[in-house]
Amino acid sequence: MQHKVIDAKDVVIRFAGDSGDGMQLTGSLFANMSAVYGNELSTFPDFPAEIRAPHGTVSGVSGFTVHIGSEHVSTPGDYCDMLVAMNPAALKTNAKWLKRTALVLVDGDAFDSQGLAKAGFKGDDPFQELNIGDRTIISAPISSLTEESLKDSGLDHKSVLKCKNMFTLGMACFIYGRPMEYIYGYLEKKFGKKHPELVAPNRKVLFDGYNYASNIQAIPNTYHIEPARMKPGLYRNITGNQAVAWGLMAASEKSGLPLFCGSYPITPATAILEELALHKSLGVTTLQAEDEIAGICTAIGAAFAGDLAVTTTSGPGLSLKSEAMGLAVMTELPIVIVDVQRAGPSTGIPTKTEQTDLNQVLYGRNGECPVVVMAAHSPAHCFDAAFNAAKIALEHMTPVVLLSEGFLGNGSEPWRIPSMADYPEIKPPFAVEREGRFSPFERDPETMVRKWAVPGMAGFEHRVGGLEKNHQGVLSSAPENHELMVKERAEKVARVAEVIPLLEIDGPESGDLLVVGWGGTYGHLSSAVAQVREAGRNVSYVHFDYIDPLPKNTAEIFSRFGKIFVCELNSGHFAGYLRSVMPQFGYLQYNKVQGQPFLVQELFSAIMSVSN
Amino acid sequence: MKYTSKDFKSDQEVRWCPGCGDHAVLAAMQRAMPRVAETLGYEKERFVVVSGIGCSSRLPYYMDTYGFHGIHGRATAISTGIKVANPSLNVWQACGDGDALAIGGNHFIHAVRRNIDINIILFNNQIYGLTKGQYSPTSKFGAITKTSPYGTVEHPFNPGSLVLGAKGTFFARGLDTDLKLNEEILYYAATHNGTSVVEMLTNCVIFNDGAHSAISDRAYKEDRTIVLRHGRKMIFGKDMNKGLVLDGLKLKVVTIGEKGITEDDILTHDVHSDNVGIHMMLADMKYPDYPVALGVIRDVQDVTYDGGVRMQAEQVTAKSKIRCMDDLLCSGSTWEVK
Repeated sequence: MQHKVIDAKDVVIRFAGDSGDGMQLTGSLFANMSAVYGNELSTFPDFPAEIRAPHGTVSGVSGFTVHIGSEHVSTPGDYCDMLVAMNPAALKTNAKWLKRTALVLVDGDAFDSQGLAKAGFKGDDPFQELNIGDRTIISAPISSLTEESLKDSGLDHKSVLKCKNMFTLGMACFIYGRPMEYIYGYLEKKFGKKHPELVAPNRKVLFDGYNYASNIQAIPNTYHIEPARMKPGLYRNITGNQAVAWGLMAASEKSGLPLFCGSYPITPATAILEELALHKSLGVTTLQAEDEIAGICTAIGAAFAGDLAVTTTSGPGLSLKSEAMGLAVMTELPIVIVDVQRAGPSTGIPTKTEQTDLNQVLYGRNGECPVVVMAAHSPAHCFDAAFNAAKIALEHMTPVVLLSEGFLGNGSEPWRIPSMADYPEIKPPFAVEREGRFSPFERDPETMVRKWAVPGMAGFEHRVGGLEKNHQGVLSSAPENHELMVKERAEKVARVAEVIPLLEIDGPESGDLLVVGWGGTYGHLSSAVAQVREAGRNVSYVHFDYIDPLPKNTAEIFSRFGKIFVCELNSGHFAGYLRSVMPQFGYLQYNKVQGQPFLVQELFSAIMSVSN
Repeated sequence: MKYTSKDFKSDQEVRWCPGCGDHAVLAAMQRAMPRVAETLGYEKERFVVVSGIGCSSRLPYYMDTYGFHGIHGRATAISTGIKVANPSLNVWQACGDGDALAIGGNHFIHAVRRNIDINIILFNNQIYGLTKGQYSPTSKFGAITKTSPYGTVEHPFNPGSLVLGAKGTFFARGLDTDLKLNEEILYYAATHNGTSVVEMLTNCVIFNDGAHSAISDRAYKEDRTIVLRHGRKMIFGKDMNKGLVLDGLKLKVVTIGEKGITEDDILTHDVHSDNVGIHMMLADMKYPDYPVALGVIRDVQDVTYDGGVRMQAEQVTAKSKIRCMDDLLCSGSTWEVK
């Protein structure tokens, strides 16, 4: 059978297997290879919290979705064109994501009666049971073909079986016309020094997988996805967590201040700390603290000493940091708190994404305790968001919370590498002059920002702390002083609105329906809005990167629309917040709390249902 | 000397209760600092005093230095951040027994474990004073307080064994009223490179008056405490005729001149000894079986956290090809779109 080469605009491929099958690696290699090839892409790793959940069970399935395209790709895609299932459990959990036309590639060796039983199949035809018999199913004995391929390699059986993901990747490379040089380079880099004996076998398996796919005659179509016409420049693939780390480091460079990160490992934020720990040569100090509280308190100490100080965490960790966030508010020290949100409450579902920390960030502290709240909207945008968070913190002497999401932190997309020359300088308000004693809480009348004096500066000795003080830094429990300071701290945060960008409308400037989103739902919402528009409906869309304070033109824009439709991955935190600060408008809501991103399709239906 | 104790006194009114042991410790700190500045060659602006929450944690307001009055239990973490961010600062920390050992116990042991170069003054009055009289983690077993009206049923921490158990490199103990000895102890603590913990036995006149009186009362202080000094014989008592010897694996109090004991038989204190066992025994000594040890009990050198951080950063930087963000952004796997 001569397979047909089909020109496709975009395809979604999902690699799924046991959590020990190497699917995250396979998926990210496929993604990086496609990025180098020139495709637009978006990825979504979806894995269990257990490192090695019970073998072959549904709870242990780890998946990695790659959406590649020749045009702009803004989400990892709802449904897939190809599913790779390394065992029956992986097939079972992912069957519902198959397009009608999908190709399903399974490791036939894993589909024995034992494997089927473990995944909870009743009979011996899982495809029938899942009602996906009409899809193109290719059952290849991937495990035994890998063993055959490596029978003379000298590797032990366990090591041989570990290579089966390379066989799969080789097959995928054939189907989607991917050049394999990138993988060869990767293998050389990964094993070349420490395990040179593994380079050749992995390469051979990859190559054999490719040839197997080209020889079996069972694959009806292969696909050609043209490189996307992207803006000229140097590109790289970047995850949200890496981008946060780099954005903070960029702010460190632009402010001339060393970067200090005090953090405690927590899913899904840990990769930020890991990334920062690598870059000591750029003036980064990381301190893996004994707990979340020490993470933020060491950061507050470092801020007092004059560093750009950050702490990174996820929801449960943020809960622990609440009291110390209040201390940073009270001492008016600049720190950035990055919260990579996950499904809660409590431990919740650590590896799944959500937007459910917004209320905590806005309201979750004792006393009148305002902080600047921002959100990143895509993996690459995490760079700019982190840079801006640090800039605001340093220039406005305030804690800034940057909200990311598991979906952004672990997800990746191609990123046109910026030049640092295009980023602004950061100028913290260091104290330079004083008359008499330094008054730590005297403010710039325009911005309400205090001056920053750090230990080592002669003549500026002063005390800060959690107790209420007057402008001179002297303890005060005077009623009028307390109210004044409360108002001034709030006003300082409110005036950050003067420096943040105005809200931009995607679509008509006024009309019946305005879709509102914030954070990591951007890709899905913008795609859905575009589809609604293609369907002939009149709809506009605004996306918030800044939540507290809101962009100055928010109310004015809202006033131009008949309906405001707030879509978010929680039960309505942002909608509730908008109601409280702008009660003059009515707000419709669309919410999802499943630990999963939106589907473009469900957003499309929801927006259609409220639009005229 | 460039500074006097006055240079370290702030203009704030000291608000501890009259008779509180904290006054004397504050005075000893202010007296020790000029000498510390002289020895280390530090200007005053390089001194930072950090605290948590509690009566003693008010201390930074009374020092004319940079100061940070933190939140309950977290002083150690704040100090750690300050020192790591700027190792050229001399960081002092004032904290109480509840602050450092209950709510802040975790930070405390980890600072000691890391051996970060900060000086922790642990004001141990065996009670929660600021909240008006509840038992603390150092209150004696059975202590009757507002939250233990029938006596506590929990064992107290001995701060010394906690510090030495966490491989602490410096531990000393002082009695609040011993101004001269405390000034000396604090000087050694501040010039020690690594975490220094000084337990100050302080008296809370309001809620736990006389907590240490069994050893601090003038009438029998000399017989119930021993001042340890490096290189000196472990001799104590009003008549300076009692001493400590090793009897098998335990310390024993002997009298010189009795049973053939001479001064030569008495142990000599070695603060630098790598044998933590003897320091542990000295730190654990309790009245009435033993005299309570005062002075510097342990002072050994080891790698410090802040030193290690700097050294590693220098080594990595020397080898790294990445010198700025633009280098990093363009490093690794990239591709050109034309």
